[in-house]
Formats: sequence, C-alpha cells, structure tokens
Amino acid sequence: MHTLEAKIREANAKGRPALIPFLTAHFPDRARFWTAFDELDAGGADIIEIGVPFSDPVADGPVVEDASRRVLEAGFRLEDLLAELADRREGRAKPRAGDAALVLMGYLNPFLSYGLDRLARDAARAGVSGCIIPDVPNEEAGPVREALAAQGLALIPLVGPNTSEERMAECARAGEGYMYVVSVMGVTGERAALAPQVAATMGRARRASALPLALGFGLSRPEQLDALPAEARPDAAVFGSALLRHLDEGGSAGEFLRRWTGA
Amino acid sequence: MRKGYFGEFGGRFVPELLMPPLEEVEAAMRDILPTPSFQEELGALLHDYAGRETPLTHCPTLSRELGFDLWLKREDLLHTGAHKINNTLGQALLAKRMGKRALVAETGAGQHGVATAAAAARLGMECAVYMGAEDVERQSANVRRMRLLGAEVHAVESGSRTLKDAINAALRVWIARQEDTHYCFGTAAGPHPFPLLVREFQSVIGRETRARMLELTGRLPTAVVACVGGGSNAIGMFHPFVEDAEVAIIGVEAGGSGEPGCLNCASLNLGRPGVLHGSRSLLLQTGEGQVEPSGSISAGLDYPGVGPEHAYLRESGRARYDIITDGEALDALGRLCRAEGILPALESSHALAWVLSHAGEFKPGDQVVVNLSGRGDKDMDIIEAALAARENSHAHA
Repeated sequence: MHTLEAKIREANAKGRPALIPFLTAHFPDRARFWTAFDELDAGGADIIEIGVPFSDPVADGPVVEDASRRVLEAGFRLEDLLAELADRREGRAKPRAGDAALVLMGYLNPFLSYGLDRLARDAARAGVSGCIIPDVPNEEAGPVREALAAQGLALIPLVGPNTSEERMAECARAGEGYMYVVSVMGVTGERAALAPQVAATMGRARRASALPLALGFGLSRPEQLDALPAEARPDAAVFGSALLRHLDEGGSAGEFLRRWTGA
Repeated sequence: MRKGYFGEFGGRFVPELLMPPLEEVEAAMRDILPTPSFQEELGALLHDYAGRETPLTHCPTLSRELGFDLWLKREDLLHTGAHKINNTLGQALLAKRMGKRALVAETGAGQHGVATAAAAARLGMECAVYMGAEDVERQSANVRRMRLLGAEVHAVESGSRTLKDAINAALRVWIARQEDTHYCFGTAAGPHPFPLLVREFQSVIGRETRARMLELTGRLPTAVVACVGGGSNAIGMFHPFVEDAEVAIIGVEAGGSGEPGCLNCASLNLGRPGVLHGSRSLLLQTGEGQVEPSGSISAGLDYPGVGPEHAYLRESGRARYDIITDGEALDALGRLCRAEGILPALESSHALAWVLSHAGEFKPGDQVVVNLSGRGDKDMDIIEAALAARENSHAHA
C-alpha cells in the first residue's frame, strides 16, 4: 500500500477522515509558511499539500491565484522549497515537528521546466510522497506518472461531478495514493455549503475506486461533511483557500486545524 | 501522429472537469460539422453576412517598386474588420447545433470579442466576453462595440491583466457553465480539438487564395506570408498550401520595440517548449517555467504562446518564422496606405513588413501573397500616438 493511502487508512481506523490542509509554498512569506507548516505537521494533519505556484493557475479561484502571484513576485523557486524540505529531513535544519505525508500540488509547466526526473528525485529526497497536477488528465499522464513512479511517488488523480463512473474507474486504476474528488463544477475556493451533487459524485467515485477518496474544493469547516449521507462521506478532507485566507489575515494554522481535529 | 498532436506539440492539458465538454466539441466536429446542412448554413452566413469571398488584390505600385508581384488576401474587408468572423460564425453555428444557448470568449485587442458578439447576436445566443483589465482600458472602442452587440464584457483583474489571463478566466467560467455554454476560442491554440477546429474554419482563407491565384495567374503563389500571434489567420492561409512543396510558407512574429531584451511575442523564435492553456507548444517563459509577459504595438499578436501546429511546422522545416519589430510594422502600414490606399491592421502590417524587408529574396515574376488579416481603423489611436512619439524623438535627436 502506498504511504499516502496508508496515512488515510490509519486516520480512518481511528474513526475520522484524514485531514489534508493545503498551503501555497512560502505564503504569506517564507517564515510564516514554515511556522504554519510546523503547526499543521505537529497538530494532526495526516497529509500536507504544498502548492507550487504557477503564473496561470487555471483550476484555481482568486485566493490561491493571488497567493501564487504574491509568492512568485517574492522570487519563489521550486529548487529552494525542495532543498528546505531535504535540509530538515537530513538534519541540516530544524527537524520536522510531525510526520504528515507530503504532496506537491502544481501545474505541469513549472515541473517540466524543472525536469520530471529531477523533480521526482529531489521531491523523494525531500520526503514528498506524491504529486497532484491539475492540468494533466489521465490521457496525458503517462510520462509524468512514469517519472514519479521511478522514485516511488504517486500521481494522484482528480475527478469531478461531470466525470463518468467509467472514467473514474480508469483514473483510479492508473492512480496511486488517493483519488481527489472535486466537489463543484468550478475552481478552488471556499463555499458556504457543499453542492447538492456531491453525494452522487461520491457515490460514483466509491463504486469506481479502490483508492481512498479525498474531497476538496470549497471545504472550510468539518460541519460541511456532516450534511452528507454517511455512505457519501470522504475518507479525507482537503481544505486550502479558507486556510490561506486565515493565514493572510494573521491567524495561525494550528488554530485553523483545531476546527477540524476538535482538539 | 498521436490524437490531438502535431508531432510533439498539442495535446489536451486541462483540468479533468474540462474533459467532457472538450469531448463534446470533438464529437460535434465529427458528427455535425461535415454534414451538408451545416456546411450549407455556414456557407450562406459567410457569403451573405460576413462578406465572403474576399478579393485577392494585386498591388500595382508596390509590385513595381519591389520588382515582383505582391498580392493581398483581403480579410480586412470582412464584417467586423478581420478574419476572426470566419471562426466565430463557424463555432457559434456548431454550438447552436450542439444545443448550447450561450457563448463565452476571451479577447485581447477586442477583435475576437467583437466577432463573437456579432455571431452570437446573429444566431440569437447569449455572449460573455472576458478581457484583461488593461486591454479594456486600451481598447475601449471595442468594449463599447461588444456591449452594443449585446455581449457582457468582463474585465479580468488577475495576473498580468491581459489576454492570457482572459483565457484563464474564460476557461474557469466554462468549467462552471459547460452544460449550456460553448467556449468560442479565438485562435488556433488551446486544448485539442481547438487547434483543429479553428484551422477548419479559417482554412477558407487559404482555399480561396489558392483557387483565385490559379484562376488569375495559372499557378500557385511563390510564397504566402501571414502574421502569427496565436496563429489563426496564419494557419488558415498556410494549411491549404502545406502539401504544395513549391510554395514557401512564412509566418511573422511580433518582435516588440526591437531593443535587446524588450517585451515581444516571438514564442516560435525565442520561446522554448512548454504547456499553457491546454497545449504543449513553444512558450515565452522564465527558467522556472513561469509564463512571461509579452508585448507588441499590435495588441492582436500580444500572446506569450502560439498554436501547436506552428511549432510543428517550424520544427519540421515546412514553414519559416521570422521577427518584425513595431517600427518596421508601422513603416509598412504607412507605405501600404500611400501606395495602394489600404489601411491595414498593425497585426497584418507585420506580415507586409516582412515582404518589404526581404524583397531581395524574390525575383521578377514571383507571386507573393500577404494575408491582410484585418483593417487598421481600430488602431488609429495607437498609430497616431506611435507616429507622434517617433516625431518627438526625431525632434530631440
């Protein structure tokens, strides 16, 4: 079983969905990013998704887009992020505060520029277990999946409300770690309530996939999941935009996570 | 070749939520577009509404000065002032037959937006146009035209506030509204099948040129020349000549001011392979893979990427792509106005400028066709400002 899947199953065995907070790398600035990262890592996040900024993030709403733009203006380099993670892992910097698994979420072009083989190598060394690349659908995924798999990294598939059960099954078979279920016909960003079609989408995904299911796009509070019928509840919940906004307003990531852990 | 690819360029790099609507467009291309009833209705729209066929105009004065025959394919005479209407009528009609009631489109300078708004009005569809906030300010006349034609115009404030951000915004809107809305993409780029779909609707340019040239001269042109931003007018002119090895194919990119390191739009000459807006092509980007801002006096060429088929035609050696600067385009525009009484768009002026500056490559008897993709009325403010700035710098020199 892939590390990412094991992480989620472990949380589920304790009777709760796995928690997957999303942070745009180096946002709001490098120091506050690492503070937030440590608080999430120590505070009970099962997986942390680190957003790699891109100039043209077509699947993202205004919060993640704006965070990406600001981080890029501050001179973000993927090389630095991966080196910082490796330094912590290899004892050249303060060690990690927890043992959350790590996933990079980013668009294809910066990864291509970095070099797919080099990305897989450096990400593995940094302790990253997988990647989510929203502009790489299953049909185009071959070369990326191959490069990542060579280092044991998962390419996590995304599916949504308009994905047929048959397509979901293909994505799940090709993917590893978990399957990311997009809750809305839209972009990332918090919404007051889950869209009514989520239960149907989750139902199809459940039938199609042996991988655990992570629900994302629009989540900010655990109560949103309570509205779902039991069989439609996800194995993991991803929350990003609301957390970024909370950080940008001076809030702490630990405090935000406690909404979800109930601690 | 792999489906949706031109050599190693093209593909469909989009979020999963856009796969079903793209497959729907692909199915309509296969099942609806080739039918006689679709072709008849589109043919009638192009003839009776848009003003096709457009003339192939010989330029007597410039031909005498250059020493070979120069011809212009007059897309500038089309309704709404440029070749864009060929594509928007085709896509709007296809969308209507797919059961869609609304169009969403991006626009840079506003020409594609105006052409989409006109096609939507003509076919009784709703239309929303996304335009970078900076372009909304620079091209206010086109914004007013779109609104008069009944379109909603949305200023896009994100990113660099220009065309590439307008495309991002339109793609996001399409994700949410795909059920009843078609994305009327404006150039021969984007995810499969848009490069093929736009080529299909723009190839009328090259087909007419080919037939008329044979009729008038009894042979094929020596060379066809077109400006390339995203590349829709160029692929429309080039495609019907690709198999004719004796016809030289020349695409002209916008080089900006021409100073070292200046903003430009020359992705074929100065870019490297990358993925933007759904396809793998050549792209102006940083070493980190971030898309760089582009720049040109011609708003319609102002795009950091380019259609994947052009990247392929360049790599295969079938087509040649050169760079023309703002100043050269402006000079060519002035020369065509005075010599032939035609005011070309700044975009098309790049193609003309290439012929003027490469006249030595042709000999008497050669037949060179420039695709005059649009008319220059829309550019009057920019032209006057550029000429005034030039006068000023000469006065101070």
